[in-house]
Amino acid sequence: MAKVTIDGIEIEVPDGTTILQAARMIGGDIVPPAMCYYSKLKTSGGYCRTCLVKVSKGSEKDPRPMPKPVASCRTTVMDGMEVLNITSPEVLEARAGVVEMLLLNHPLDCPVCDQAGECHLQDLAYEHGKAETRYEFPRREFEKIDIGEKIQLHMTRCIMCFRCVKVAEQITDGRVHGVINRGDAAEISTYIEQAIDNDFSGNVIDVCPVGALTDKTFRFKSRVWYTKPVDAHRDCPTCTGKVRLWYKGDDVARVTARKDTYGEAEEWICNSCRFDHKKTSDWVIEGPTKVDRHSVISSNHYENLRMLKASIDRQRESLPHGDKVNLGTGALDPNNEEK
Amino acid sequence: MNLTNRSKVVAKKELTLMESMYLPAIFKGMAITLSHLFKRKATIKYPEQTREIAPVYRGQHVLKRDEAGAERCTACGLCAVACPAEAITMEAAERNKGEESLYREEKYAKIYEINMLRCIFCGLCEEACPKEAIFLTDRIVPSSFTRGEEVFGKSILVEDVNERVDVTKRQTPDVLSFKQDKKHAHNQTFQDRLKQ
Repeated sequence: MAKVTIDGIEIEVPDGTTILQAARMIGGDIVPPAMCYYSKLKTSGGYCRTCLVKVSKGSEKDPRPMPKPVASCRTTVMDGMEVLNITSPEVLEARAGVVEMLLLNHPLDCPVCDQAGECHLQDLAYEHGKAETRYEFPRREFEKIDIGEKIQLHMTRCIMCFRCVKVAEQITDGRVHGVINRGDAAEISTYIEQAIDNDFSGNVIDVCPVGALTDKTFRFKSRVWYTKPVDAHRDCPTCTGKVRLWYKGDDVARVTARKDTYGEAEEWICNSCRFDHKKTSDWVIEGPTKVDRHSVISSNHYENLRMLKASIDRQRESLPHGDKVNLGTGALDPNNEEK
Repeated sequence: MNLTNRSKVVAKKELTLMESMYLPAIFKGMAITLSHLFKRKATIKYPEQTREIAPVYRGQHVLKRDEAGAERCTACGLCAVACPAEAITMEAAERNKGEESLYREEKYAKIYEINMLRCIFCGLCEEACPKEAIFLTDRIVPSSFTRGEEVFGKSILVEDVNERVDVTKRQTPDVLSFKQDKKHAHNQTFQDRLKQ
């Protein structure tokens, strides 16, 4: 077991836990955002750098701080480690830089994109990024590719998080798509537009944090915030059949997996549930979904820094050793939040 | 028992001689009526005459086309979500190949309806629009005999290619400078940027 302190909150976690996982065990505002890390996919993480944190004390035995911000999804905790996330202005600034880099080649076509409203990149840019871009060159553009009948790949929007590749490797049998080319020219692709036709390929839509992989049966049907999510299940021979239905009026506009607080699918669902069962009579409805964090369906979802500070103060007060953390000046100043 | 002190006992007193003749009261009333003949009229003879209105008057909406004549609206739904009266509904469709001159973005509004009976002309739709597609104009919404006619579809709302609706008055210097700022050039399409 290792004791780790994240933003002044202490927790004891098993050895080998990453900082991100430890932060998620604490929960709340101190959890670093993650675009590529997916707890259900092995070897995911380490690509996007949004989960950067500052390690102000390496461990009990070696208390030196780490020289640079580290990716919390790939760094394991050490006993006595002290980590700063939202209490460090340096981390917030670094993260804003990462967001700007992610948005360099990302088209700002949110009014067109079906993911808008439940897009993690949108949330991230809103919470940590900047409204303006300094980039003046043409963004890279690709033709849309149909991966099978029901999935569309829009490479222009891709941020190279590799989640869909991990799904293809780990969830489906017979990997048919991956990353070709390198560096700036890297792109997700299939081998000569080969159709993905195994039972669980639709899960790439759920893991995609942006609108690069989208459901063709839902394409331009509705904006997310006009649909009403309910949890439902059915007796499915291939998967658990536990899904989320998105209603528009009386019609099921689309079917997705149930997502947890961090936008991750709780259970993988099969293509038959996702694409072919879009009638209320196919499902047993359990009740309305509690919507939070990753959705504009619930209002007041974007928390500003003043609320973050208030929340940290609350948490610090409840701890005996709360005074340890030195809140940075500027970044968490309530008067500074309008920036 | 009285709940309030406001109740009054009605006095039924006898009319005096002058009151029972009624004529003085009638003449007094007629004098007031006739005096209004010589006062300034409160009404105008619309539509021959029109009243002067403010430059930023918020009247009937227009869905703008861009310089090339393509519809700017991309059916993002932000106007509908901003609308406090829930007057706007829309249905999106995908642009096919060859329709690039008709629609600016790859998605467009197949159906776009504003219920003018619900609309309160607050202008929030205009403010929410990221594509500069919807504007309120200085045109007055015509009246009609049925409720159905007051639901304006695209045939009424989208401006005619040859008869553009002038909205320059509604684009304040702030808005125009925002449009020219290179940092905010994301409102333009890729082709626009190549032209510059």
